[in-house]
Amino acid sequence: MIRTLKTLAMVAACVSFSGILALSIWTIAGQPAPVNLPQLLSENMARSGVEHPVTAVLLNFRSYDTLLEIGVLVIAGIAGISMAKTASLEDPELRTSDSLLYGLQRWFVPLMLMLAGYLLWAGAHRPGGAFQAGAVLAATGVLMRLGGVPMDFLRPGLLLRLGLVLGFTVFLLVAVASVIGGDAFLAYPPELTKPLILIIESVLTLSIAMVLLALFVSAPVNDAEDPEEGSS
Amino acid sequence: MTEWLLDGLLVVALLVTAAAALLSRDLFRAVVVFIAFGLLMAVAWVRLQAPDIALAEAAIGAGLTGVLLLDAVSHLGRARPRGQDKGGNGQ
Amino acid sequence: MTAPLLYALAGAILCGIGLFGLLWLSHLLRKLVAFNIMGSGVFLVLVGLPQHQGGQDPVPQALVLTGIVVAIAATALAVVLIRRYYHLSGLTSLTGEPASREGAPE
Repeated sequence: MIRTLKTLAMVAACVSFSGILALSIWTIAGQPAPVNLPQLLSENMARSGVEHPVTAVLLNFRSYDTLLEIGVLVIAGIAGISMAKTASLEDPELRTSDSLLYGLQRWFVPLMLMLAGYLLWAGAHRPGGAFQAGAVLAATGVLMRLGGVPMDFLRPGLLLRLGLVLGFTVFLLVAVASVIGGDAFLAYPPELTKPLILIIESVLTLSIAMVLLALFVSAPVNDAEDPEEGSS
Repeated sequence: MTEWLLDGLLVVALLVTAAAALLSRDLFRAVVVFIAFGLLMAVAWVRLQAPDIALAEAAIGAGLTGVLLLDAVSHLGRARPRGQDKGGNGQ
Repeated sequence: MTAPLLYALAGAILCGIGLFGLLWLSHLLRKLVAFNIMGSGVFLVLVGLPQHQGGQDPVPQALVLTGIVVAIAATALAVVLIRRYYHLSGLTSLTGEPASREGAPE
């Protein structure tokens, strides 16, 4: 009885939440937008260094967001690794030894690596970029791990730490260098914009892939012995 | 007209898969339905003229999240979640 | 009423569904799925609403792209924490919630 009442109260709360949200969306949609962002963006596209507007926003106009985002990712990765139960993040007996998966990944891994490279390269002028490439790279790593390919770089050592912080460090260095050079924080020098964005995007791809992969493998893999099976 | 039909169907499918992912009785099935929800989201992003997000959503929402959750389900759910902490099937 | 507005409204409903799941379900993985659905709803609102009048708008799209990557990182971290919690306690839901569900003092 109490449970039914509680559920009903929750339903009512969530429905009213949705209703108020939808109502405010409806109201906002009826009013004219205060600034015309797309127009503002297309006027400034020429000095962004890339042709694709989303990449320009991510890595030039709103690069502060991206910097903080990779910072958040690094923190999440560090937290995940420190939760890891096994000393070595890579334990031979925990892999699936599925022969079909093993055969499949000999075809898939090179293809996915190529796809990641293409996505990174395509980001300058068409949909694609560091985030998608990083995700595909991380998926490749997950596939390799499930298929039992030994990956030495996942041992908690210098390589893993370097991979985790590489993107953030390079991004921060560029940002600080632009301050020292006399410009604002994160304002690239105009003649160097394109190569800088390319470098940042490449290291971002690596770091995003490393963080996601480290988070995937650092989940404690050997089970608890289910000490309190029936309880809870 | 066709476009409205497509948008409407897509929105309905999104809402139905979201509800099904939460109300499904079996945890494994819930995760699979959630992967389907991620794929539908990718289609919705294409309809919203956001190919970048569609790419990311297809790679992340359907691929990585699915692998993560399925892996967790297979480790957590070796003893299938007990009836009471399942939280439910329908009201 | 345009197509982006339709998606924004659907996003609002998804937020409600996700919130309900987050409150009502007790299994931690299910809560995580609900959390992700709520996030998807927020992203739909974020992109759909500005595109209602102006057509394609890259600024919110870039922000949502950032948001998706942060969301997957948060999800992965949550999975790590849940598995660690399960490893230590053998439970798949936060204590107190499922046990007290039957006779919860309201």
